[in-house]
Amino acid sequence: MKADRRTVLGLGAGAVALAGGGLAAALDHGAPLPPGALGGADLARGHRLRDGGFPPPSRFEEVDLVIAGGGIAGLSAGWRLHDAGFTRFRLLELEDAVGGNARGGRNAVSAYPLGAHYLPVPNREAKAVRHLLRQLGILVGERDGVPVYDPEQLCADLQERLFWQGRWQEGLVPHTGLTPQDRADLAAFEKTMAAYSARIGSDGKPAFAVPRAYSSGDPDLIALDALDFASWLDRQGWRSPVLSAHVRYAMRDDYGTEPHEVSAWAGVHYFAGRRGWTVDGAGDNELTWPEGNARLARGLAGFFPDRIARGHIVHQVAQDGETILVDSFDVAAGTTVRTRARATILAMPHFVAARICPEVASEKAFTYAPWLIANVTVDRLPGGRGVPLAWDNVSSTSESLGYVVATHQAPDVHPIATVLTWYLPLSNMSPPVARRLLLERPAEEWKQMVRDDLLAMHPDLDEAIRRIDLWRWGHAMIRPTPGFLGRGAAAMPKPPLFLAHSDLSGLSLFEEAQYQGVSAAEGAMALFGHSYESLL
Amino acid sequence: MAEGDPAHSKSRASAPAAALLASAFVVSTCGLIYELLASTLASYLLGDSVTQFSTVIGTYLFAMGLGSWCSRYVTRDELRLFIRVELLIAVLGGASAAALFELFPLVEHFRVALYGLVLGIGFLVGLEIPLLIRILRGFDFRETVSNVLTFDYVGALVASLLFPLLLMPHLGMIRTGFLFGILNAGVALAVLLALPRASRFRGETVSAVIVLLALAAGFAASDRLQRWAEVASYGEPVIYAVSTKYQRIVLTRREDDLRLYLNGNLQFSSRDEYRYHEALVQPVLGRVANPRNVLILGGGDGLAAREVLRHPEVRHLTLVDLDDEMTGLFSKTAMLTALNKGALTDRRMTVINADGFRWAREAAATRAGSFDAIIVDFPDPVDYSVGKLYTETFYRAVRRLMAPTGAMVVQSTSPLVAPMAYWTVATTLEAAGLQTRGYHVYVPSFGEWGFVLAAAHPIPMAARIPAGGRFLTPAGDAALFDFPPDMARRPTPVNRFDNQVLVREFADAWSRYEG
Repeated sequence: MKADRRTVLGLGAGAVALAGGGLAAALDHGAPLPPGALGGADLARGHRLRDGGFPPPSRFEEVDLVIAGGGIAGLSAGWRLHDAGFTRFRLLELEDAVGGNARGGRNAVSAYPLGAHYLPVPNREAKAVRHLLRQLGILVGERDGVPVYDPEQLCADLQERLFWQGRWQEGLVPHTGLTPQDRADLAAFEKTMAAYSARIGSDGKPAFAVPRAYSSGDPDLIALDALDFASWLDRQGWRSPVLSAHVRYAMRDDYGTEPHEVSAWAGVHYFAGRRGWTVDGAGDNELTWPEGNARLARGLAGFFPDRIARGHIVHQVAQDGETILVDSFDVAAGTTVRTRARATILAMPHFVAARICPEVASEKAFTYAPWLIANVTVDRLPGGRGVPLAWDNVSSTSESLGYVVATHQAPDVHPIATVLTWYLPLSNMSPPVARRLLLERPAEEWKQMVRDDLLAMHPDLDEAIRRIDLWRWGHAMIRPTPGFLGRGAAAMPKPPLFLAHSDLSGLSLFEEAQYQGVSAAEGAMALFGHSYESLL
Repeated sequence: MAEGDPAHSKSRASAPAAALLASAFVVSTCGLIYELLASTLASYLLGDSVTQFSTVIGTYLFAMGLGSWCSRYVTRDELRLFIRVELLIAVLGGASAAALFELFPLVEHFRVALYGLVLGIGFLVGLEIPLLIRILRGFDFRETVSNVLTFDYVGALVASLLFPLLLMPHLGMIRTGFLFGILNAGVALAVLLALPRASRFRGETVSAVIVLLALAAGFAASDRLQRWAEVASYGEPVIYAVSTKYQRIVLTRREDDLRLYLNGNLQFSSRDEYRYHEALVQPVLGRVANPRNVLILGGGDGLAAREVLRHPEVRHLTLVDLDDEMTGLFSKTAMLTALNKGALTDRRMTVINADGFRWAREAAATRAGSFDAIIVDFPDPVDYSVGKLYTETFYRAVRRLMAPTGAMVVQSTSPLVAPMAYWTVATTLEAAGLQTRGYHVYVPSFGEWGFVLAAAHPIPMAARIPAGGRFLTPAGDAALFDFPPDMARRPTPVNRFDNQVLVREFADAWSRYEG
């Protein structure tokens, strides 16, 4: 079969590409691998959704509003309703834990993230994010009208370091061993991005905003979406390999996607969209926690715990006159529940929504990047020549994105053991091929790659690795490919059906997921005539 | 000289005999070198050079006597035994300096290892000379004895001149040891090769080659061995060294100067620590109306505690130090408890081994407002880990522990070398809602050193300074608060978790200062 042959070739190419990236250098490494679990989005439940075979409904319920999906978008919708005093809703989550990509784990050494792990200090326009952070005790006050964040939740110094030419240096852009061309291109790039960041469009909106809905609609800016980022950089005449490597790192970091597949608008947005609004010049810092954004997910769920039902697979959503019938399979009871609702928010990736709900048009242009995440428990802190251990540690010679240190925010002066969360977007092959590779490559081989990658950065970690726990994300983030700006709006169904997911923004960011959740919740409240003051 | 004496001409003609006589020279040179190495090393590591030289030389000579006496039990195969002994000396002596350096931090009773080694080498050297005389017994006895002993004593002179003039300054102890081991083994091999082929000992020849190669490898790796043996890197003789879970503790002593190093950074010198600790403790205690309940964060050496306990009104003293091995050492060792006057085992004292930050935060919930005076005496902010103990967040936690009328003091590095870092501590305390007053003192082993007083209320100008101190008087206290222009207050940022400006300023200032 043609498809199979392509898959096989793709797998081979993928493996070779990874090896070339310095990952799979020593598959025959002799030392036994440390233990560790293999986790990920519940495949059995996910695939059951695809394959069907659920029993007919045997229980019947009624509620005003169903939120199907308990990731950040769904939780934010619930939080928005709760905050506006609207309580007649129910949130159904397929997994046994809410949080979606913002889930975390914990072992004897530390809590750690399983996916999203930080939130940049919010921009001035991110009103809803600040409203939430104030309620969660993360935004602790104001000084001269400017928000003040809890210093212990701002990422502690040292934030980032880069392994470059044999030494760790502060920051993510190299500043030694550069050619005049590198310096010139880096400077020109930085200047251009600073100008984009400062630009206010003719509509009075910032050129690039977070959430992106607040961005200017100036035609020359929107035109960037027609082009891929690599070509755009090329057109500027910037050829420095150091700049391209940095850009590639950035695009894979935020979008799990190679620069030549990223919309130039999204590419510029990464560098020009952040204007963190806070005191003490900490605007370019992040908020982070040992368990990553699981902290935020737990905080959101904590506002309405008794309205959340976990282990409920929503498998069919259909309009029935003025109402919507939501069929969910209760995994624990083994029965299907039919919930009649006046409105429904589908807070799930678009491809899942389209599969379970005929009113949602299937949209092939939505593609998702697969990621592998490894939580590596080590007996001692990694060292290395150059600047000391940072929160985010990136190697310029690795195909991985490096690792973050879970105990970085801990007050202990002398932490000894820690957990390193290691990230790899499988971006250098098409997403379906990468997903196949992610599933089919044995866990032991992935572990070996993780170990070899870490040891290449840190020979000092030899013998110090206690566990490698893998987590596979088949659909980790929406890919902002060229033309993405209009896709979300085009995909929106009509009330009383609402969609809420960061894929509608096209950028897999907490702020976008929250924006979509809040937006859907406010739409539903408007439908019900429930009064509220918009957070948007 | 009896030219016609057949025995003499026979001895001159015999290559093995010449090699054997040369070996008498080398053996005695090497023997004395090993003896000098052991003495020097012992006085370096244990202090008190007269005692060390005297006991090592005495032990060595006694062991030689033992060896000579035991030679009577050797009844056959003298030459083979001689070669073997020679090789054994090469191994023991050659590696002696390296071994003693490496062993020092590892073994409980270093003297046992030291004297054991000296006894062993002395015994073997003592065995060798009688054996040599007996091997050469075929020659004129009168001349043999004369030759052997002459070479022996000339060798001793050569060694005693070479050692201080050439070897110690240019090669160092570890390399010198290996060099003479190589000479020892080389002579053994030369003797073997000089023997007629038929009577050569195969096993010994192979051993000699192996020993020679091993010692040469040791010589080549001396630098690395020296680094491992970090005791060689301190300016003064090391008397104690231990690696705990958290740090490397090293005590050194030269005459009456006892010094504590943590991770290679000097913490105090017993010659002038009273200046530091009186200046750390007395100004804050003297500005609190009734310091009944006092807290020390850090200060596991108990020296600040000693100063606190000079105040009779102090009822409870709590000391929180990370490292139980540190506080254990300073509670139990006589030499150290003499220095801190047994402060850590005083009945008013509670020692808690915990992470200072974590403890302060947890205690802020249960013991808020309970301490009249708080003394913060942490290592300098040399890295981001220790830097956390100088942040606004930490000072807020400490502030919650302080009684409303209480006061605290923070050791804050040198205002002369690192004025930005010093004043950052004051700015950070102020950001935590406290009023501050900075002061400084000259401590010869540190240089100009700074402290910051902080309280939730205006800090009194005058202090009650208890009598009986060696340094601080009421007038002296007032003088500490004057800052000349080169150390004067300047605007600085606040040190926070997310910027750690203090660590950066501190590193910049000291790297400029130290070049």
